[in-house]
Amino acid sequence: MKGHYLALLGLAALLLVVGFFNQNDYYFNVLNILLLKGLIVIGLSLLMGYAGQVSLGHAAFYGLGAYTSGILTAKYGLSPVSALFCAQAVTLLAALIIGVPSLRLKGHYLAMATLGFGVIVYVIFKEMIELTGGPSGLVGIPPLEIAGVTFLESRKYYFLFSGVLLLALLLALHLAHSPFGRALLALHDSEAATMSLGYDTGRLKLIVFLLSASLAGLAGSLYAHFAMFISPMSFTFIHSVKFVTMVVIGGVASLWGALLGAALLSVLPEVLTVFEDYDVLVFGLILVLIMIFLPEGLFKGLGNLFLRFKKT
Amino acid sequence: MGELLQFLISGLTSGAIYALIALGFTIIYNATEVINFAQGEFVMLGAMFMATFCALKFPLPLAFVLSVALTAVAGILVERFAIYPARKASPITLIIITIGLSILIKGIAMFAWGKDPLPVPAFVGERPISIFGATVVPQSILVLVVALMAVFALELFFKKTLTGKAMRACAANRLAARLIGVKVEPLVLLAFALSAAISALAGVIISPITFATYDMGTMLGLKGFSAAVLGGLTSSTGAVLGGFILGVLESLAAGFLSSAYKDAAAFVILVLMLLVRPEGLFGTKETKKL
Repeated sequence: MKGHYLALLGLAALLLVVGFFNQNDYYFNVLNILLLKGLIVIGLSLLMGYAGQVSLGHAAFYGLGAYTSGILTAKYGLSPVSALFCAQAVTLLAALIIGVPSLRLKGHYLAMATLGFGVIVYVIFKEMIELTGGPSGLVGIPPLEIAGVTFLESRKYYFLFSGVLLLALLLALHLAHSPFGRALLALHDSEAATMSLGYDTGRLKLIVFLLSASLAGLAGSLYAHFAMFISPMSFTFIHSVKFVTMVVIGGVASLWGALLGAALLSVLPEVLTVFEDYDVLVFGLILVLIMIFLPEGLFKGLGNLFLRFKKT
Repeated sequence: MGELLQFLISGLTSGAIYALIALGFTIIYNATEVINFAQGEFVMLGAMFMATFCALKFPLPLAFVLSVALTAVAGILVERFAIYPARKASPITLIIITIGLSILIKGIAMFAWGKDPLPVPAFVGERPISIFGATVVPQSILVLVVALMAVFALELFFKKTLTGKAMRACAANRLAARLIGVKVEPLVLLAFALSAAISALAGVIISPITFATYDMGTMLGLKGFSAAVLGGLTSSTGAVLGGFILGVLESLAAGFLSSAYKDAAAFVILVLMLLVRPEGLFGTKETKKL
């Protein structure tokens, strides 16, 4: 745990330095999106790496957070903070409805159920035009306002998102190293053995799933106010897949690896724009190659390569 | 009455397509326990090849056979270069690999054929015919006939030929099959070829109705997957029935409830099925409740 605290301090210092020295708004915008993705990926990493379950619908929870916050503030004039709490309630309720029945079962039923759920939610965003603005998106979302401070500049959002991310990471690391986290790891390895130790495994899985959905919803609420415009195209099946990919590329069961994956996959498209329309082609290729040759993820895989290199 | 019949026929047409794609999912799942999310791209490849050969004025039967065969080769390449090297990886990794493949194949198709939809001429007359007040394009009847023929041919292959029986043995118990002398590896290759071919067939016969576009595979693949889950993921009968049920329910929902939510219907059925009867209509109940 001590190493994690040090790494956490290092990350905080890095985020601070970047925040103070960077003057370019474009970089802040890229970084802000990256920080929000990091938030989603932390929850998903707990779910996948520790509880051994996959969600192929996390973009839907992200979207539910964004649309609930967006609609309540833009159309009903609620304050951003109270809208955020409502968005949390909506996200958690949706996660309960999907999670309770499918987590009672063994196997990858959660993956299938969340896949279906994700597409349904996307279609609702697209078709409930009076409420969501339909395919052309929801406009007029006010900026975030907390305790009288209005967030207008990208830099302010950057510091806020950094703080939220660090807090979430601290919480997740504590959780992962608590008896609860060890029970989850045991669950990942053998569900039967964990049950025989007296744990209610269905309930453990459900708690982690709810937590990960809640983090995704929080990221969505923050995103809606930061971007001030949301459209269904940000919450498709492909986005859910990208979140899962970030976790897997970084290495399942490693929160730091997941963050690394989020950073790589968020920066990669910016770099790949030199390939113009064919960036997806290169993206797919990189994904397949990493998965085939480093199935344990970049974080661990590169570490192992390094160790092997050092030995010879 | 005519309206209902109209919806039923269009539902059966898309149902036949979903059934073929669902069959593709079950064939690969039975052989490798991989859920192949690149399945929809095989459908797209079939349609794209068909559009190309038709534009080159190839005779229809030749274009048909070439499109299906070339996609089968693509299936074999996928197995050799992406699934086989990672066969020992965890199910999650394999799923991500197939998703990466799907993105890759879609990217290659965009590179090769561009973004515009390509037309494919109807195989049989263009003029709609009227059956009991419902208007039907001859192509959709052809879709039904070809799909049913393919299903029966596949059923015969699995039940009557030695290779088909060996494939079923592998699906039931891979180790036991190996013990009685079945070579598993070529069968896995064959499974990918068959699965790609049957999905390509779906793409070829639907292309005159929907045109061929590089991104047509994603939605079709996901719906085919829903149909496969509905049928239990391992059962071919289940996959076919699942496909038809999904197609008809989707068409009825679009016709009588709201056409805007048409694309959601298949997934509502998927989620409801998982909540009520997770093993599917015809799946075996190995997943016991905790």
